[in-house]
Amino acid sequence: MSATQSLRASRLAKAVAIGLFAGLAATTAQANISDNEVRIGYLDDLSGPYSDLAGPGGYEAIRMAVEDFDNKVGDKKIVLFQADHKNNADLGANTAREWIDRRGVDLIAGLNASPVAIAVSRLVEEKNRFAIVSTAAAASLTNEYCTPNHIHYVYDTYSVSNGAAKAIVANGGKTWYLLSADYAFGHAMEEQVSKAVAENGGQVLGKARHPFPTSDFSSYVLQAQASGAQIVGLASAGSDLVNAISTAQQFGLMDAGQTMASLMVFITDIKSIGLQTAQGTQFVSGWYWDMNDESRAWAKRYHERTGNMPTMVQAGMYSSTTQYLKAVEATGSDDPKAVREHMIKTPINDMFAKDGRVREDGRMVHDMYLMQVKAPADSTSEWDLFETKSVIPGDEAFLPLSESKCKLVNN
Amino acid sequence: MNAKTLSLSLTEQREARQRRRTGYMYLALIAIGLAAPWFAYPVFLMKLLCFGLFACSFNLLLGYTGLLSFGHAAFLAMGGYCTGYLMSEHSGIGPELAILAGTLAAAAVGAVFGAIAIRRQGIYFAMITLALSQMLYFLFLKSPFTGGEDGLHGISRGKLLGMIDLSDNLAMYYFVLAITVAGFALVLRVVHSPFGQILKAIRENEPRATSLGYDVNRYKWLAFVISSAIAGLAGSTKAVVFQLATLTDAHWHMSGEVVLMTLLGGVGTLLGPFVGAGIVVSLQHLLSQSPLGTWGGPILGLIFVICVLCFRSGVVGWLKVLVSRNFR
Repeated sequence: MSATQSLRASRLAKAVAIGLFAGLAATTAQANISDNEVRIGYLDDLSGPYSDLAGPGGYEAIRMAVEDFDNKVGDKKIVLFQADHKNNADLGANTAREWIDRRGVDLIAGLNASPVAIAVSRLVEEKNRFAIVSTAAAASLTNEYCTPNHIHYVYDTYSVSNGAAKAIVANGGKTWYLLSADYAFGHAMEEQVSKAVAENGGQVLGKARHPFPTSDFSSYVLQAQASGAQIVGLASAGSDLVNAISTAQQFGLMDAGQTMASLMVFITDIKSIGLQTAQGTQFVSGWYWDMNDESRAWAKRYHERTGNMPTMVQAGMYSSTTQYLKAVEATGSDDPKAVREHMIKTPINDMFAKDGRVREDGRMVHDMYLMQVKAPADSTSEWDLFETKSVIPGDEAFLPLSESKCKLVNN
Repeated sequence: MNAKTLSLSLTEQREARQRRRTGYMYLALIAIGLAAPWFAYPVFLMKLLCFGLFACSFNLLLGYTGLLSFGHAAFLAMGGYCTGYLMSEHSGIGPELAILAGTLAAAAVGAVFGAIAIRRQGIYFAMITLALSQMLYFLFLKSPFTGGEDGLHGISRGKLLGMIDLSDNLAMYYFVLAITVAGFALVLRVVHSPFGQILKAIRENEPRATSLGYDVNRYKWLAFVISSAIAGLAGSTKAVVFQLATLTDAHWHMSGEVVLMTLLGGVGTLLGPFVGAGIVVSLQHLLSQSPLGTWGGPILGLIFVICVLCFRSGVVGWLKVLVSRNFR
């Protein structure tokens, strides 16, 4: 080996050694920072079909929560990341994994679409981090897929379908016709509603399933009309829901005295359908901006920042992030186990829920509300869309622990 | 006579030089592959390798046999689900056996699909593969073992040969790199073999290959099976890396994405699919966390349009022309 060559080789070796050392140093430094910063990653559908109900508005809601803490817990800074998972489990789980591995994210929030939410919850269990699911609806998240590392905050398929069926039957809607989207989500809701209607003394006169998505609802709506049922239950979401309600209005179902019961509806959906078409539709919601002074005050702040009124999901994101940060403050740690334990112990009283509590299976239990869309004449302002028909107490709204298949519940 | 020998040896010399150059290039690429996890996030690199291998399998069909399969996602998903199911239900089975099983399952599906599809050509071939893959999608959607719309989750990475714990990203990366290099070597071997020459002959002129006495359908079928097996290998590996298998892999979007990757990188070039997969995966990765996130689709579309208009042979095809023009 010539002198220059050996010089080159030793330089290379040095460079490699320095590179390795720097890499190691960086990882240890990061671990320390992670202890000195509370890092929150907001992972949701920011551009697709669900971006109205959570999306960029959800990020804003979480930012409001962080700003209310003055961007720090004690003397530890709160850092916020956001990413779009496009309702793709691969992309969602990968982003979450990278956040945890490289950025030391402590909490992952948002999480729409049940495959993404389930994938991320399994990941945080393995990596021992924390997740709060606000957007996804699948009740399985706190049932067969429950983990000790996540909680499910706003609502789920059980509470909206079961709750709606119970409350509507109790209010006199005895006969039902069910129109559901032909996929897992629609099937689950259809089953729930059929069961709840029968248990409460009502009767399901007929059922139809439509492909997802469907643009022409006329034949389904005619079947529902011919059944003569008092209530037409819609187990669908988004554009299907909008189309079904619009078609029903055109065929005069509401004028003939049939009531539409929608199982999954957000304020943004009704805003886009319009009161004229949607009036009289009943549904269950976990939150409405015009519920009490606190919710009105918070919604006003949100409206000033975004120009929209918050959905229950966005309100839930503010509330859940605030509760998480409080738990971090109280326990002085961002350890998921300690935080979760504290959240289970502490009742939730804020603009979102009164006497809400997190159960051991990770379900946040709070009152749900049977709502009805107002007639245009009764609406006094642009966002005055609903009135509350009845309150469904939290213990009745969610799946009872005795029926849970969650591994954290002793059954 | 003398002049002829001289010119022959000159060509030989040039060919030998080219072979040596290609050899050095592969060595350099492997060296880059070995060093890469020190500079980039290993999971991202693994995603890149898996999709590169997937595109590589597709390229074997489109680029070297002239068959446009529009149902390649079926094999990716088959491999993923099979491996995922084995790893989560029978954890005793190591990742290496589970991946092998996934690859074989995908090859079996490919054998059936291929036998049906190669009876037609061109657009009909593409449509048949699409139809078959949609049927398989429906099966995945309805079967209990795939978890339906929720997918398979929490697949354990397991221990390689019962010794090396793959939950460490670095160990996992080198395992994936080894698989990718092996898969690529297989493609390389196929392309440069007499079998590969016949595939190319079929691509160029099928009736002529038939008239030369080759049983064209058997060659096409075998190419289809090999390609589906490699796609299955990519899917199986991906399932172990990400610890999940969902319907995203089986969806026809994925079949379209692999066409895009291959065309961007350069169809009919060996490294093109990796470059194409690199571009698509990196863009998705970068854009999903940037304020431009919502523009991912249009940006990719724009790049594709530019690619089709300006370098129709893809990035690698274009680079090849550049190199051959400037370095003889």
